[in-house]
Amino acid sequence: MTEWLRARDHKRIGVLYMLSALLFFLAGGMEAMVMRAQLAAPNLKLIGPETYNQIFTMHGTTMIFLVAMPVLTGFGVYLTPLMIGANEMALPRLGAISFWLQFVGGVLLYFSFAIGTAPDAGWFSYAPLTEKAFSPGPGLDYWAIALLMIAAASIGSAINLIVTVAMERAPGMTMRLVPMFAWTTLVTSIMIVFALPALAASLVMLLSDRLLHARFFDAAQGGAPLLWQHYFWIFGHPEVYILVLPAFGMISEIIPVFSRKPIFGYPFVATSTVAIAFLSYGVWVHHMFAVALGRNFLAVFAAASMLIAVPTGMKIFSWIATMWGGAIQFTTAMLFAVAFLLEFTVGGLSGVAFAAVPVDWQVTDTYFVVAHIHYVLVGGTVFALLAAVHYWFPKFSGRLLDEKMGRWSFWLIVLGFNTAFFVQHFLGMLGMRRRVYTYPDIAWFGALNLISTVGAGILVFGIFIFLCNVAMSLLFGAKAGEDPWNAWTLEWAAASPPSLQNFAQTPEVRSRRPLWDLKHPEAPDWGQP
Amino acid sequence: MGPLFSPHSPQTHAIALVFLVVLAIAGFVFLVVTAGVFYSVVRYRSRGVSAEPRQVFGSRNLEVLWTVAPLLILTGLFIVTVRAMVLIDAPQDSIQRPDLVITGHQWWWEARYPNGVIATYDIYIPTSRRLLARVESADVIHDFWAPELARKIDAVPGRASYIWLEADTPGTYDGACSEFCGAQHAWMRFRVIAETEASFEAWLQRQAQSPPDPSGIAAEGARLFQTKQCAECHAVVGTAIDLRKGPSLAHLASREFLGSGIQRNTPENLMLWLTDPQSAKPGNRMPNTALTAEERRALLAYLETLR
Repeated sequence: MTEWLRARDHKRIGVLYMLSALLFFLAGGMEAMVMRAQLAAPNLKLIGPETYNQIFTMHGTTMIFLVAMPVLTGFGVYLTPLMIGANEMALPRLGAISFWLQFVGGVLLYFSFAIGTAPDAGWFSYAPLTEKAFSPGPGLDYWAIALLMIAAASIGSAINLIVTVAMERAPGMTMRLVPMFAWTTLVTSIMIVFALPALAASLVMLLSDRLLHARFFDAAQGGAPLLWQHYFWIFGHPEVYILVLPAFGMISEIIPVFSRKPIFGYPFVATSTVAIAFLSYGVWVHHMFAVALGRNFLAVFAAASMLIAVPTGMKIFSWIATMWGGAIQFTTAMLFAVAFLLEFTVGGLSGVAFAAVPVDWQVTDTYFVVAHIHYVLVGGTVFALLAAVHYWFPKFSGRLLDEKMGRWSFWLIVLGFNTAFFVQHFLGMLGMRRRVYTYPDIAWFGALNLISTVGAGILVFGIFIFLCNVAMSLLFGAKAGEDPWNAWTLEWAAASPPSLQNFAQTPEVRSRRPLWDLKHPEAPDWGQP
Repeated sequence: MGPLFSPHSPQTHAIALVFLVVLAIAGFVFLVVTAGVFYSVVRYRSRGVSAEPRQVFGSRNLEVLWTVAPLLILTGLFIVTVRAMVLIDAPQDSIQRPDLVITGHQWWWEARYPNGVIATYDIYIPTSRRLLARVESADVIHDFWAPELARKIDAVPGRASYIWLEADTPGTYDGACSEFCGAQHAWMRFRVIAETEASFEAWLQRQAQSPPDPSGIAAEGARLFQTKQCAECHAVVGTAIDLRKGPSLAHLASREFLGSGIQRNTPENLMLWLTDPQSAKPGNRMPNTALTAEERRALLAYLETLR
């Protein structure tokens, strides 16, 4: 037990990140189900408005800061050194302190929930609703302090990952030969280093207003409520890609292996990752199109927001081209990866609707947005993560997940997710607003909400089977061996689970698929573009 | 209320058109992706042969194609977007005097007309012309959204924003606050009621009239209204001369809804506001009144005279 508390090894830290994310995922999932129950029919009174507002605030904050970011960091910390042929992260102590700071931040946030004063202004916490005058309880102070800790922790782990990829690569592994997941982890980490300080700065302003009677966001005293929105979204939009780029990296590892072909157009896929990262800093105002900022100003951000669809589309087409002409093996991991392609495309295309400013002027802050973000973050990030768990679980644990249970969970999750969220597009188009604790009995509202709630129930059941699969396979799963998928990147050359020192002998790298070269000495990848 | 499918103004017609363009593009791209995925999945399913397929590393031509083609489609969409924006968006630096000033409060809407008339919840407009509405906030950020008639626009404290408000046919159009604004964001609804110019003018005249002098038990209620702090927050005259912190109760008895849409205006529901305002609308800003049953009956009788 104490060896986990004192752990500095990147594999243990990675597992700690994943376990803490799982813990908070269960909390965030329960919050979602309470909301779905309250919204199942018009004018329900299961919970009151104050409770509902706390619950949706906690759900959003939890899923973004305590689940998605940590679990992706966990995969990054666990896998990056293995994939680049390193035996350790560059800065192991920074890795440990980053995790514990992150975890304690999460516990602090939930402490406010436990004592009955959870934050209630949404995960975006728009000023001046967050000022003492409108939210007098301590909930938002907990929220801001917890997020400050998490921001510091994220920056710490990001710096660690950047230094590791820069300094610890195996001999011969140039940046052009780095596996795609390590590439996206690097780009994501650079984005974290540039985006999170904007969040931290706005949190300090908020705390100054609340605790020190400063006036950053108080219009009556010469402050500017919109200042918060600019700062928050300068962080907030890159954040979306911070949550999605590692998922792209996972898909770029999994689809090639199960299609038995290398990723199609590696230089384009890597470049498009960097392009998305750059563009993501120039689109934040598309979260503020409903503010009257002047149409020329908005048009610039509309153009940038549309542009971001181009590199994203390049990736989708590259993955399809990778499958094209392959010999596709439908493991559960591959099923989730293929489903990711379609679900994420729905989320990406509904995103284009918001870049078309007049459409945004209707559907922003409706359930259309709720549908969109869940198609991006669940259909995208979570589906990729589920593919990743099925793919790398044998490496983490030394045992295979059960394929039969995997298939059951896959079909239930696909059915539940789409039932829960696809109808929300229609709710948004019919005018149902987000963040309302109840709604009047308007035509279709009741029926569509009930369908959504039923879908959420199916989704929970699917996730339950997935978690059972993980727990049972951990104990009784078939032994995996070093390389169960006949894969090509270096982590599959280490033992399963890897020993404390990952590689007994430093691997040498001459292409993107060092294990392919080893298995096919007659046709190695050397010198491929 | 079906904003994207039942537009009732030139502005929302333009939005619906852009939405159809987006839908067509999205539908086309989704079909292409789905077809590509399903074809690969069916055609290139592994058939248990152990030999590896041909290793293809990329194709410059294809990669250029799926970079340039989306770029062209999006350029077209951008042009459609900007043209619609010009048509829909009111000038934000207008020196024209607004026809209507709309203010968001936690959690109710107020509309002021140039002749001083004030409306809450039901906002009347004439169908014959396009109104320039200035949208403001009294406290936190709200958003004025009547989806069949106009784009949504944030009401930001310390800042004036403008929209065109217009309806092509007489009717009642639902609206609501569309930016999360605290406990009762859900019940910060309103209606826009579009009428012909003549009946709109008649409505304005009626609103400017003072309430009749109460008599009997209602007269006692009127006295209580002044002495029991009601009048500190609520006006009973329908013009701006008497603007207060809470929503105006002028012509209350002729309204269809209470609490920005949370209940129908019946004597029982109105009584609930006098007995326990927090159970009438949890979280609202009205304090408990501590009135006796006798006093509540008198006040109710008085409020029912405010036609």
